[in-house]
Formats: sequence, structure tokens, C-alpha cells
Amino acid sequence: MTTRRVAVVSAGLSQPSSTRLLADRLTEAVVRRLGDRDSAGEPIEIEVDVIELRDYAQDVTNNLLTGFASPRLEGAIEKVTTADGLIAVTPIFTTSYSGLFKSFIDVLDPQSLTDMPVLIGATGGTERHSLALDYAMRPLFSYLHATVVPTAVYAASSDWGTADADSSTSGQSSLASRIERAAGELAAQVRDSDRSSRVVDPFALPVGFSPVGGYGAQ
Amino acid sequence: MQFGIFTVGDVTTDPTDGHTPSENERIKNILTIAQKAEEVGLDVFALGEHHNEPFVPSSPTTMLGYVAAKTSTLLLSTATTLITTNDPVKIAEDYAMLQHVADGRVDLMMGRGNTGPVYPWFGKDIREGIPLAIENYALLHRLWTEHTVDWQGKFRTPLQGFTSTPRPLDGVAPFVWHGSIRSPEIAEQAAFYGDGFFANNIFWPKEHYMKLIGYYRNRFEHYGHGTAEQAIVGLGGQAFMAKNSQDAVNTFRPYFDNAPVYGHGPSMEDFTEQTPLTVGSPQQVIDRYASMREHFGDYQRQLFLMDHAGLPLKTVLEQLDILGEEVVPVLRKEMAKDRPASVPDGPTHAALVAKRDAAGAVPELLEAQVN
Repeated sequence: MTTRRVAVVSAGLSQPSSTRLLADRLTEAVVRRLGDRDSAGEPIEIEVDVIELRDYAQDVTNNLLTGFASPRLEGAIEKVTTADGLIAVTPIFTTSYSGLFKSFIDVLDPQSLTDMPVLIGATGGTERHSLALDYAMRPLFSYLHATVVPTAVYAASSDWGTADADSSTSGQSSLASRIERAAGELAAQVRDSDRSSRVVDPFALPVGFSPVGGYGAQ
Repeated sequence: MQFGIFTVGDVTTDPTDGHTPSENERIKNILTIAQKAEEVGLDVFALGEHHNEPFVPSSPTTMLGYVAAKTSTLLLSTATTLITTNDPVKIAEDYAMLQHVADGRVDLMMGRGNTGPVYPWFGKDIREGIPLAIENYALLHRLWTEHTVDWQGKFRTPLQGFTSTPRPLDGVAPFVWHGSIRSPEIAEQAAFYGDGFFANNIFWPKEHYMKLIGYYRNRFEHYGHGTAEQAIVGLGGQAFMAKNSQDAVNTFRPYFDNAPVYGHGPSMEDFTEQTPLTVGSPQQVIDRYASMREHFGDYQRQLFLMDHAGLPLKTVLEQLDILGEEVVPVLRKEMAKDRPASVPDGPTHAALVAKRDAAGAVPELLEAQVN
């Protein structure tokens, strides 16, 4: 039995939160699409770790100030960075991801999301901010060398009250269909990921490192 | 086992009365604190090196030279010497000179510094921090162990037929610690040379340092300097004490809450739980630090940060009285319990000379013949 782990980071501030609602919908769709077999037909077990950043707000701020993560936050960071795939959902505040979301990203080791399959999602009051996913969220993860799936999912308040039929007549894809498409893209990558089974040596020295110097110093 | 104090030399406003010491006041206070360390029976005083406000110790050997003249047993060290931005030739000269002045009571801790602009101010590139630390120390090590040095590297002008003067006292270089909070390269460097490794663990949780020190110990053995448990380890520490632990908490809290490094962040309760900072009775400090070796193995040097965050001189001197008279004597006994005979004591000049003589080599003479 192989295992795939999906981490979900939800940066909503209110409780209940529409950001968390979107995160849960995305998670459910990804898990469903992963099914119970891997690409070789072997049975797989899916584990999901949901990180509500609101619960870590104090720890994240402390980490920014002291340079180290509390054991609790360290546990959350470990779950995120060692997952096979990441679902990251933030509210859009003042044209971009929320400050709490960015602060969490800022306390991660910049190398730690390399190769990570990521599905990005966002929520907002109006659909006019939907491009924040592509001008803010996507470059953020690209910088970190993560692999962001092509479909990003934005849910405006109005999306929660729009039926599939309404969208088909308006020519726009519905929230449900966008979720399905994005989930399919992430699930395919998670299925092939070996990130969660990798052994990372925190003391690996850079290639070519010499304790006496590498520039002909002698 | 050696016990001592280290200071970063910050000029910080006392949050309880708004008093900001002048540079002159702070410098004189540091010199007083260093002498007090010997008076209360501590073994080591280590001084930081900084080239930016609000820190005053830009010229450590000047201050340590003064302390050398005023003391007789205190071992003078650094925390840290900037191996990245200083010229290793000047470090070789300055600290060999200090070693003579202090009759061998000198060692050093190498560090990379933590203030970005210091690199460009001294003509260096911070992205080269590790390569600078590696190459500069390689040169420093040769300047102290070889009489005449021909050398070429990436970061400074080449040397042909250079002899750094004065030669180290008795032909034995000052002991060197390499300080690091997270870089395995520095632990590897310390292990390669058989030098000491100082983990300044005062701001971070112990789990991180248990792994880093474990790595250094294993590599020390790998490079053939002894067993892993014989590697030379130093740790940082931080304490504030009063007879009644609640008094310590109440007195220290405003300093903690406004401290330059961790102030306005975690609560003092969280921070004391997650780092070695101990605020309470002398017995609480004893209990906390007596348990360090359970996590890090038997080690050689314990330094405490006692004089930062705007604490007034009077308070610092009272703290040193408690540390030297009530805490360290008990810790010495605790640390000696069940300590394997094979684990070395803290490094001293006399011990290094004896070790060199026991090995039967006189490197400078041999090398002079070769040259």
C-alpha cells in the first residue's frame, strides 16, 4: 500500500470562512479523483492535512521576529513541505494574497517547495479580483520552484449562488466545473509524486564543498 | 568544563527608566563586567565584534587587551570574530599579539556576522559568506601553524614569503571555535580541523542543535581527531535570577518584552520553554543547565549572555554574583558526575602546549628546516 499526502493551507480569517469552504471543496475533489489506485494500479491511501493559518497566526508572527518556528508551527511546516501536493487558498485582500498567507510562506525555507505540485485558489467579494491568482499567487509559487497546475480557482461571493445551469447559459464555467478541472490536474501530479517518501538530509553539503576552500587556496 | 559569559555589546535603552548609556559608559561597563567575571570565579569572558550601531565592540583586541592586564586567570575569547569580513592576516597578527599579552589566556570563536551591509562596507559579498569563512580560515590556520607562507586564494591578494608576527605563543596557535546556528558547512569545517564547535543556541529550540552538534561530533570522529564524544562543544545560555523565582520573572519581563532580538514576539513563558533562557531561582537555572548534557553530550564550555537588552550595570553585576557564587559551583559538580575520563576538559593554552610536546613535534623548527 502506497500513501500520498495532500496538504491544505487555508488562510481565511473568519470562522466559518468561505476560503475554508473552497479549500474543502477542492480537497474533496482531489481526493475523489485520486481514487484508490496509483498509476501502476496499486492501492493507495490518501492522507490530508489541513492547516488553518488562523490557528497559527501568533506562531507565524513570532517566527518572523525570532527566526525560529515554535514546535507547533514546525509540525505544520513539516506537513506542508513534505506533502505530495499542496492546495493553497487565500482570501484576496487589497489586490493580493492576505498578509497572513504571505507571512506563512515567508517562514518556509525557500527551497522547501521545490517540485511541489500546487493548486492555487482564492476567494473574494467580487469576481473583479480573480486575476490576483495569476499576477500574485502564481508568481509567488513559481519563484519557489513549485509546479502550479494550470487551472486556478477563484470563488467570488456570487459564485456560491450560481447554479451550473446559470453558468452554461452565461458562457462561463461554473465554480463546480472549475474545481473539477483543477482537481484533476493536481490529482494527476500527486499520483506520480514521491515527495512524501523522500528522505531529506538537512546536513547535505553543497556539491564540491571542501572544508579548506574550493578556489585553489593552499 | 569551562563556564563564562559572552556579550554582544549592544547599547540598548533600559525600558524601565528610559536611560540609554553613552558609548563610553557601555564600553566601560563591559570592561567592568569582564573583570567581575573573574572575580566571581568564572573561567571565560567572550566579546562580540560588530561594525554597526547600536553595538560598540568594533575593536575586540583593544578591549580584551585591557581586560588581560586587569585579570590573571580569566580566559579571553570572542563571540564572534568575523572571519568573513576581516583580513585573516590581521586576525592572525592581532590575536597572536593578544595571546602574548595575556600569557596564553586567549582563544577565538569564528563567525560570519549577521548584518548584511557589513559585508559590502568591508568590500565583500554576503552571498560568499560561507566561501569567505572557509577560505579565510584556511589561510589563518596556515599563518599560525607555518612560519613562512606562500598563498593564493580567491578573496585577498596573494602572499609570497609572508610570516605573520608575532608568532603564536610557545609555537601553539590560539584554540579556535567555529560558531554556527544552522550551517552544516561550518560544523564540517570545525570537524575537519579538530577545532571546537560553538552552537549559540540561545534563540532557537534544542532539537535543532542536537542534530547539528551530533553532525559535528560524527564528522570530528570521521576526520580522525578522536571519538565523537571527545569533540569540543560549546553552548550558549541565558538566565535571569532572583532568590524568589516570581521576583526574577517580574524584574526581567520588561527587558524581555522590549529586547532587540525577541521583544514584542513570543511570550516570556513560551520563549523560556522553547529556548535555554531560564528566568527564575538559581536552583531552576542549575536544573536547566545541568540537563544540557543529556541533550548535547558532555561538553566543554558553557557561556551565558547576561548583559543585554538594557539591563543596568548594577543588575548585571548582581546577576554575575549569583551565577558565579550559587549556580556555577553546583553546575561544575553536576557536570563532573559520570563524565567519562576520555572526554576532554575545556581547551587551555597550557593543555595545547602539553599536547604538542607529548606528540614530540616542534613544527616551527621542522618547517624552518624544510624552508
